[in-house]
Amino acid sequence: MKLGFILSEMWAGIRGNFSMIVSIILVTFVSLSFVSVAALLQLQVGNMKNYWYDRAQIAIYLCSDFSPEEQCPAGAASDGQVKAVGDQLESAALSPHIEAFYFENQQDAFDRFLAESEDLSAVQYLLPEQLNEAYWVNLVNPEKTDLIVEAFSNQPGVAEVRDQRGYLDQIINFLNISSLAVAGVAAIMLASAALLTTTTIRLSAFSRRREISIMRLVGASSWSIQLPFILEGVLAALIGGALAISAVGFGTSYFVTDLLATQLAFTSFVGIEDVWSIAPLVVGVGVLIAAFAATVSTFRHIRV
Amino acid sequence: MIRLEEVTKTYRGANEAALRSVSLDIQRGEFVFLVGTSGSGKSSMLRMMLREERPDQGNVLVLGENLSRLPARRVPQFRRKLGVVFQDFRLLPNKTVYQNIAFALKVIGKPKAFIETAVPDVLRLVGLDHKSDSLPSALSGGEQQRVAIARAVVNRPDVLLADEPTGNLDPASSTEIMNLLERINLAGTTIVMATHDRNIVDRMQKRVVEISNGEIVRDAETASYKEIPSGPTPIIPEPKDFEEKP
Repeated sequence: MKLGFILSEMWAGIRGNFSMIVSIILVTFVSLSFVSVAALLQLQVGNMKNYWYDRAQIAIYLCSDFSPEEQCPAGAASDGQVKAVGDQLESAALSPHIEAFYFENQQDAFDRFLAESEDLSAVQYLLPEQLNEAYWVNLVNPEKTDLIVEAFSNQPGVAEVRDQRGYLDQIINFLNISSLAVAGVAAIMLASAALLTTTTIRLSAFSRRREISIMRLVGASSWSIQLPFILEGVLAALIGGALAISAVGFGTSYFVTDLLATQLAFTSFVGIEDVWSIAPLVVGVGVLIAAFAATVSTFRHIRV
Repeated sequence: MIRLEEVTKTYRGANEAALRSVSLDIQRGEFVFLVGTSGSGKSSMLRMMLREERPDQGNVLVLGENLSRLPARRVPQFRRKLGVVFQDFRLLPNKTVYQNIAFALKVIGKPKAFIETAVPDVLRLVGLDHKSDSLPSALSGGEQQRVAIARAVVNRPDVLLADEPTGNLDPASSTEIMNLLERINLAGTTIVMATHDRNIVDRMQKRVVEISNGEIVRDAETASYKEIPSGPTPIIPEPKDFEEKP
């Protein structure tokens, strides 16, 4: 079977079935757009985790004279207690998990607060003694904060162990849920794309049942009968996929890179290169679904 | 060349068997008529030989293949060695005479050079070389059937199966078709033709296998152009002229 013949059969199918092919292209376009957006949201979550988890630290706040009674019944942490925390961070049990840590005394904390505060009017009532001494810890694996929290929460002289990641978790949860919702819509759209492809290719095969019956009689191989129909579906999916990637690429560079990223400069955002990186996956999913649907729908016709 | 061994077939949903323990032996180069009323089992036998159907019991052997055991993936290769013609011609209405025949060769991957010589050759054989650019709708029924025959034999099959090829034609066109089939047969192609056209069968004086209710009731060897041993012993031993069952 020659490629030229298969392609000419495919074109015959597309010409005879043009509006239905357009509908496959459109449904594939919309569904793959949703797939792309879901994938990009996941990439964004990953991006933010990478960016922030590296920077996020765990603060082990030590008791000061101003610490609440229930946290620090014994008052300010003694020098021994402070040293005990430092020793434990260097211990054989914990040190393999710790990338770096440093001690921040009350004056350092006060200086940092001054540097970070934009509204200096509040600062005039603040004294260094009111702030906590603290150990700041960076972990080798930022996911393993429980290790530190559990080790130090009930340690004498420790007021509080705070994981900065907690601030980030909310927005990451929100992005994860959005991504799941979009993926859900994408799944429904993909299912309808698959069903539409099945129906369309079946119609295309039905409109050429004379050709198919003659091909079977003269001994055309099964794949040479099926292939034009499969290619018909795959071509439609490829066009739909290309449209989806173009649309999502345009949206990403216009809305995310040009608008969001300039206004919310505190974090990194997905960009056009991420759209390119998910393109093969997205188009591949579309093509696979179309090929599968077309194969299933023409199976009846090639049964010998 | 073609052998049916105790072939029984009951179609799904049917009360009675379409074929009951049918045995038949057809030699290379024979011209055999399958006769009988509609629904007697003629077409079922042809469908068995084409492996459109498989027997419930028994064996169908065609061109050295046991079709009962031929796996589906090898069916296309097998069918390339057969030609088939139907009552309704089955031409593609949007393709010319030439394209209709070339289509059958293209779909089995024949090279262009082969197609360009084989199609005009076969059109000369059926006497339609002057109509190669006509659409089927511009041809008479007899001419359309000749195109269908040309398509069936263009790949030089060893066996030609014909299911009521003259069923839709007037007597003059039928005669043309039979003359053409006879020439193809003389060139060495085995022909099995299902028909209930009594005139044709009487005139041709070929072997006649009569089927009634899915059984062979007569297998008559009439004057043949060459001496070929007959098939299995006929079930009804005295050969009679073909009579259409009421």
